[in-house]
Amino acid sequence: MTDSQAASDPTLAVTAAAAELPPELEAQSLGQYFRAWLVRVRSGDAGVLPVVAALVLVLVAFSFLNPRFLIPYNLVNLFEQSAVFIVLAMAEGFVLLLGEIDLSVGYVAAIGGAVAAILVQPAYNCPWWLAVGAALGLCAAIGALQGTIITQLRLPSFVVTLAGYLSWYGLLLLFLGNSGQAPLNSDRIDGQVFIHGIVGSSSDPTMTWIGLVVVVVIFGAVLWLRDSGRRRSGLVAPPVGLTVLKILLIALAGFAVVYICNMDRSFSANPVVGMPWVIPLVIVVLLMWTVLLEQTWYGRHVYAVGGNPEAARRAGISVSRVRIIAFTLCSLTAGLGGILYASWLGAMTTNINGGQYVLYAVAAAVIGGTSLFGGRGRALHGLLGGLVIGAINNGMFMLGFQLQWQLIATGLVLLAAVTIDALSRRSATSGVLTHA
Amino acid sequence: MLGSEWMSRLASNDPKDEVMESMTGTVGLPESRPQEKARPDSAGGTEPLLKLRGVSKHFGAVQALYMVDLDLPAGQVTALCGDNGAGKSVLTKCIAGIHPPETGEMHWEGRLVHIRTPRDAAHLGIETVYQDLALADNLDIVQNMFLGRERLSGGVFLNEDDMERAAATTLASLKVTTVRSIRQPVATLSGGQRQAVAVAKAVMWNSKLVILDEPTAALGVAQTKMVQDLVRRLKDHGLAVMIISHNLNDVFAVADRIAVLYLGRMVAQDSISAFDRQNVVDYMTTGESSRSASGRRA
Repeated sequence: MTDSQAASDPTLAVTAAAAELPPELEAQSLGQYFRAWLVRVRSGDAGVLPVVAALVLVLVAFSFLNPRFLIPYNLVNLFEQSAVFIVLAMAEGFVLLLGEIDLSVGYVAAIGGAVAAILVQPAYNCPWWLAVGAALGLCAAIGALQGTIITQLRLPSFVVTLAGYLSWYGLLLLFLGNSGQAPLNSDRIDGQVFIHGIVGSSSDPTMTWIGLVVVVVIFGAVLWLRDSGRRRSGLVAPPVGLTVLKILLIALAGFAVVYICNMDRSFSANPVVGMPWVIPLVIVVLLMWTVLLEQTWYGRHVYAVGGNPEAARRAGISVSRVRIIAFTLCSLTAGLGGILYASWLGAMTTNINGGQYVLYAVAAAVIGGTSLFGGRGRALHGLLGGLVIGAINNGMFMLGFQLQWQLIATGLVLLAAVTIDALSRRSATSGVLTHA
Repeated sequence: MLGSEWMSRLASNDPKDEVMESMTGTVGLPESRPQEKARPDSAGGTEPLLKLRGVSKHFGAVQALYMVDLDLPAGQVTALCGDNGAGKSVLTKCIAGIHPPETGEMHWEGRLVHIRTPRDAAHLGIETVYQDLALADNLDIVQNMFLGRERLSGGVFLNEDDMERAAATTLASLKVTTVRSIRQPVATLSGGQRQAVAVAKAVMWNSKLVILDEPTAALGVAQTKMVQDLVRRLKDHGLAVMIISHNLNDVFAVADRIAVLYLGRMVAQDSISAFDRQNVVDYMTTGESSRSASGRRA
C-alpha cells in the first residue's frame, strides 16, 4: 500500500510545486489557463491529453497506411466494435478507482449477453426489456456476490474474481448448452430484433441532427449556468473562455460523429445512413456514470476509498459498502457490454474470449488515464481508451496484420500507459525532486 | 444526544466510587449517583469539558493505562507528555472511542458518558487529528474537509457550492491563508498546510475538544510556527485542545497545562507554571521529580 504510506509519512508531503495545480484553479483568462496547462503538460500530468493525442496519432497513422481506414463505413464500424471495449472499460473503472481489479468482467459480460440472448429464443420468447432486465439483474447479483466475498472474507479481489472468471465461463457453457450458441438473427421475434438492432440498426438522419442539437443545447446550458453561477458567487471556477471552449468542443465532436454516421456507408445501391443506436446508448452510460462518480456522495466516497481507505474509514464511510456497490456496478455495466457484444455479433456463442476482453477492459481504462493504484479515473477514460484499442484492432486488421500482431501492439500500448501512470504517480509524491 | 443517554443507561457499575465527583447537568440520568463535594481542580474551579477518572485499559497481559485521571478544560491547551510506550496513544484512543476503557469514568460537560465508537466521540464534539492526518491525497481541500459528511442537495447530489463556501469560512477563521486554491488536491500541499487542513476539518463540526497527535512531527521551523499559531487560535475560539507531543519546545510554546504519563500512570498534571523543562523530562523518564514541589500527583 504505497498510497497509505505516502499519506502517513509526512516527509513525503513536500512543498507544492507550481506545476501540480490544476490550471483551472488559478487562471483568470483563457490565455493564463493555457500557459498553466502547458506547464502541467511538461511536468507529466496532462489529464486526457495523452490519450486524445494517442487516438489522433493512431487514426492519422492508419489513414496514411490504408486510405480506406477513414471511409464512413469503417469509422462507423470502428465505433460499433469499440463500444464493447468502452463499456467494459467503464465497468472496470469502478473497481480500478478503488485500487482493486475485477478479472471476471469478460465472462460476466458473456453471461449477460447469453442470458439476454437465451430469453429471446423461441422457447422463451420474452419481450426485450425482460430479457435485458434479467441479464443485467443477474450480472448485478454476480457483482454483489463477488464484492461481498471480497469485503466480508477479506480476500484479494484478484483471486476472487479469478475464481469468478473460471466459474462464470463454466456457467456460460452450461447456459448455452450443446449447441454452444443463441442466435439473434430472426426477424420475426421482437426481442431478437430489438437486441440485434442495438448495434445493427440506425436512427433516422434528420432525427439524429435534431437530437444532437437538443443534447448540445442542454449540455451547454447546464455547463454555462453552473460555471457562471460559481463565478458570480466568487467560488473557484474556470475562466469564461474555457467554458465556451468546452461547449464548442462538445458541439464539434457531436457534429463530426453525426456527420460521419449520416454519410452513406453502403457498398450497394441502397444507402445505409443514420447513427447506430449503440452510440447514444454508450453516451447515456457515460453520462450516468460520470454524474454518479463526480456529482454524488457515492462517487465521492469511491474516490476517497481509492485514495486513502484508512482516511475514508475514519471519516465514517462504510468502506465495505462502497466496495460491494462498486463491484455490483462493475458487473452490471459489464453485463450491458455483453449484450452489446451479442448484438454486434448477431448471436451469443461460447467462443467469446472473456480472458482477452478483461485484459482489453483494464488496458482501455488505463490507456484512458485511470490509475491502477486507485483514486484517479473517470468514466470518460473508458470511452477514450476503448476508442484507442478499437482503433488499433480495427486498423491493424485492415492492414492485414494477424491477431498475433494486434495483441502485441495492444500490449505495447498498455505497457506505455501503465508506465505513464506509474511515472505520474511518482512525480506526484516526490514533486520537489522532479520539479526542482 | 439520544445515543449518549442510551449509553449512560448502560453505565457500568463502577467500583471506584472514590473518584466519582458531583455531576452537574445530569438531569434525566436513570441512576442516582452518590454526591460528593467537588474537588477543586487545576482548571480554576470550573468543571472541565472532559474529565477522566480512574481510566484503565489493558491489552492481554500489558496494562496500558492504570487508574488515569485527566482534566481537559475548555479554552485551554493541555499537553499530554510521556515517553514511548507511556500510554499516550492508548489514552487518546480511549477518548476518541477507538479503544473504550475497561474501567473508569468519563464526564463530558459534567455528564457521565460512555464513548464506545468514534461516532460517539464525534457526536459529543470530540475530533482527533492523527499523526498521519487521514487525508485522501487525491481529493481537494474542500472534499477532504467534508469527507463522510458531504452536504447534499436532493439527498444524492453533492452541494459543492455550499461546501466550498463553508470550507473557505472555516479556513479563514483559522487564518489559513497560505493555500493557493481551496480546490487544489491535498497531495500538492506542504506538511504544515496538510496539518492545517486536518485541523480545519476537525473544527468544522462544532467540535468542542480537538486532540492533536504529534502535530509538528516532521515539520520545518516555519511550518511548526504556523501549527502553533493554529493551536492558539483554536484555544481563542474556546475549544479544549489536547496536544500530544514529544517536542517540549512545542509544549512550552502553546500549552496551558501539562499532563505526564509514565508507564500507563498519570504522574503529574498541573498548569504550565508548575513545570519547567527539566522536571517534565524527569516525570517522563522516571515518573517522579524531586525538583518540583508544585506538580500535583494525580
